[in-house]
Amino acid sequence: MNLYTFSSPVNFYQLSGKLIPWFMGGAVVLGLLGLYIGFFVAPTDFQQSEAYRIIFIHVPTAWMGMFIYLVMAFWGAIGLAFNTRMSFMMARALAPTGALFTFVALWTGALWGKPMWGAWWVWDARLTSTLILLFLYIGIMALWSSIDDVKRGDRAGALLTLIGAINVPIIYFSVQWWNTLHQGASISLTKAPSMAATMLVGMLVMAFAAWFYSIAVAFIRVRGIILERERQTEWVKTILEND
Amino acid sequence: MSDDALLSVHDLACARGERLLFKDMNFSVGAGELLLVQGGNGQGKTSLLRLLTGLARPEAGEIRWRGEPIRQCRDQFHAEMIYLGHANGVKDDLDPIENLRFAEGLQGRAFERERAIDLLQRLGLARCLDLPCRVLSFGQRRRVALSALLLADAKLWILDEPLTGLDVHAVALMEGLIRDHLAAGGMAVATTHQALNLEGVQVQRLLVGNVAIPEMA
Amino acid sequence: MGRFLLAVLRRDLTLAARRRGDWLIAQFFFVMVASLFPLGVGPEPNMLARIGPGVLWVAATLASLLSLSRLFSDDHHDGSLEHMVLSPEPTVLLVLGKSLAHWLIYGIPLLLIAPVLGIQFNLSWEAILILEISLLLGTPILSLLGGVGAALTLGLRGGGVLLTLLILPLYIPALIFGAGAVDGVIAGTGAQAHLSLLGAFLVLSLMIAPWIAAAALRVSLE
Repeated sequence: MNLYTFSSPVNFYQLSGKLIPWFMGGAVVLGLLGLYIGFFVAPTDFQQSEAYRIIFIHVPTAWMGMFIYLVMAFWGAIGLAFNTRMSFMMARALAPTGALFTFVALWTGALWGKPMWGAWWVWDARLTSTLILLFLYIGIMALWSSIDDVKRGDRAGALLTLIGAINVPIIYFSVQWWNTLHQGASISLTKAPSMAATMLVGMLVMAFAAWFYSIAVAFIRVRGIILERERQTEWVKTILEND
Repeated sequence: MSDDALLSVHDLACARGERLLFKDMNFSVGAGELLLVQGGNGQGKTSLLRLLTGLARPEAGEIRWRGEPIRQCRDQFHAEMIYLGHANGVKDDLDPIENLRFAEGLQGRAFERERAIDLLQRLGLARCLDLPCRVLSFGQRRRVALSALLLADAKLWILDEPLTGLDVHAVALMEGLIRDHLAAGGMAVATTHQALNLEGVQVQRLLVGNVAIPEMA
Repeated sequence: MGRFLLAVLRRDLTLAARRRGDWLIAQFFFVMVASLFPLGVGPEPNMLARIGPGVLWVAATLASLLSLSRLFSDDHHDGSLEHMVLSPEPTVLLVLGKSLAHWLIYGIPLLLIAPVLGIQFNLSWEAILILEISLLLGTPILSLLGGVGAALTLGLRGGGVLLTLLILPLYIPALIFGAGAVDGVIAGTGAQAHLSLLGAFLVLSLMIAPWIAAAALRVSLE
């Protein structure tokens, strides 16, 4: 087994099949543990009372939403540069998970915003740029779904992800700049009260759960994509007959 | 396969969607030669031509021009090659002369007006010179496209069904043009369903299908 | 190289001159979108002056998107796009030339119409001047980034709507800096910082967008 083993669809299919249960199991265990810490162990915040506990879901999902976009841009760049089939498949498999996390981050952000700011939605810099990130995810998936040719779709999606990745920091900066000028909503998530150690632990555990979940789900999706794309080949036919 | 082949194809494979159209295709074309690509509908004739122009990317294998892969000598290859596809590349809002002027400009060359008018007249468009191409018939627009082809003075012609929509006179004219081009040391790759009268021309036939069988005629 | 760029420009300008109807539609769209807002939010002059810069900027982005979907598609239909890509000249220059032509044809007229709309929105002369400068710097960005979207969606069904979905998020910085500059004048905080940022975004778009659009064009033509 060498570095290229992983980049061949056959090997990847078999290896990922063995890994999925572990990642999925890890995600469940860590998720339960994280929620337990978040809801029962972590102390009540004296400023925000119990409502703050939603950050144990909000923050890790927001992290993952952004991180998965960067990973997609990475795979897209690799695919464009080296013409590797697997990297395009990885990018495609990750997008729905990234969009889901971004959506959950927005949703929980709104739930948190109601008790904190008295409004479901505030045009805060972070919320706004997370919303735009969701738009980018939706745009990429819409582009994929409207291109029938697989190869063209892969490359077009990768190019769009890349220009989005270059643009995301600029968008983030411009939204923050815009936000400081319109002082209406100056309460920012950055000024969260100093965190107790248990809170941090809970959040990290939840972040790891999100990681494991993303990997497991992305692997499941990649396996589906591999079967679909390689259905002409002998090894897929053998697998399908045995099942 | 001769050493003086300018265009050569090595182990070429092409897929459309998931269907493999052909693989392990090898051939070469030298100066003064015509390669006639034959095969039924949907067997990959057009795909092969688009691969040869560099528009499409091969599934495997390589295309070389003057011994160098075309991706590495793109500018030089494009300067010496001209492609005429199913669509004419003729703008309906412009008249034939303007069409030729912009076609030349987009190839990065200076426009020789006299020569362009001369060519259009030779192709029987003398009376349409100042009409927008919108009002021309399909065959006449095809002739405008052929004028652009001649004006470009390229070494290699890649022609996808050049005879579609042409009347008997125009077909004879086209045959003459191809003969002249080859006699002057040019080369051509063409697909066609129609029979061509090409006496005295060195023709190579290539059958495109699931298995490529190049045979010399 | 310069000759090629000039040829692309002259060609697109000539073609646009032959089809003035299409050209007028985009300009009318701009006027109409901007005119709908006072009808929707009420004619109170101070409020109009407050929302004016943003409304005009949003209308300008939408108007430029309307025409962008045809940036490459007409040439794709009649086959001339393939000829252009097969030219020995670099595809990047082709994309740059076409984006520039799009800006001259559709961007510059917006600059000429904007002052009239600015008066309708009760903007001061100073604000209108800054609006003009911000549009001058910002509309080329719309044409450049739009070129990427037009190349990506070339020949797809529903390409126009998809283009809008893909490109609008990328326009956000231009919108914020552009409308912000005019807001800054009205609020008395000055427009210079906004305009500098808008200029920087223009330079960045100029450096990156044509390359990505050229790559996208090659992918779409395969």
